[in-house]
Amino acid sequence: MAEKRTYEVVFIIDPTVGDDEVMRLSEAVQKIITGQGGTITKTEVMGKRQLAYEINHKRDGTYVLLEVEGSGAEIAELERRMRVNDQILRYMTIRVDEDRRRADKLRDRRARKAERRTSAKNKGTGAAATSAVSGSDD
Amino acid sequence: MSSNYEDRDRERDYGFEREYERPMPGRGGARRMQRRKICRFCMDKVDLIDFKDVKLLQSYIPERGKILPRRISGACAAHQRMLAEAIKRARNIALLPYAAD
Repeated sequence: MAEKRTYEVVFIIDPTVGDDEVMRLSEAVQKIITGQGGTITKTEVMGKRQLAYEINHKRDGTYVLLEVEGSGAEIAELERRMRVNDQILRYMTIRVDEDRRRADKLRDRRARKAERRTSAKNKGTGAAATSAVSGSDD
Repeated sequence: MSSNYEDRDRERDYGFEREYERPMPGRGGARRMQRRKICRFCMDKVDLIDFKDVKLLQSYIPERGKILPRRISGACAAHQRMLAEAIKRARNIALLPYAAD
């Protein structure tokens, strides 16, 4: 459990809830996370959006996006709290660190390939160009 | 009434197919001129498809709200998988419909 994981949490707040209440709610969420030893790396209130389908007879809602780093315990606690909160229509947590690592790996591989190509093309003369590309390699 | 519906939907999908897979219809009619389209995500070097990118995902769900199949979208296996996953996530938080009309 010592491993650090990154999660994206999205939740939808009831549209009848006011702006200050939205702020209060996201602050409460932050407190839950930090209280469990996690850290919040990003908070974004995406604003009121129309829902693609009705949830609890509501046609729209306020979307809030969080990025959380932690062990997973704080996510369990957060989801427990959100489940009982009537103001939160829907929530979803996604683990993103693995996917991002894979994306980084693909990008690195591509960069390395491109570097190999350019270094093969201008052997001898293109020393400056290859060193510029290799900067993004690590 | 409902069968009528199905027909309409299929016709729409067909339109998609023509656009994506058969840009030049064969003169003979029976002969299908197929040009295998290269995966758009590979061309753009996309490594990650975000479920919040509604505009992108919307172009892969025709009227009915279904996920556009690979033979029509032209996406490679890896990217189609990412795309399908992203669409399902977006559906879960009501960014996209499970079923339209």
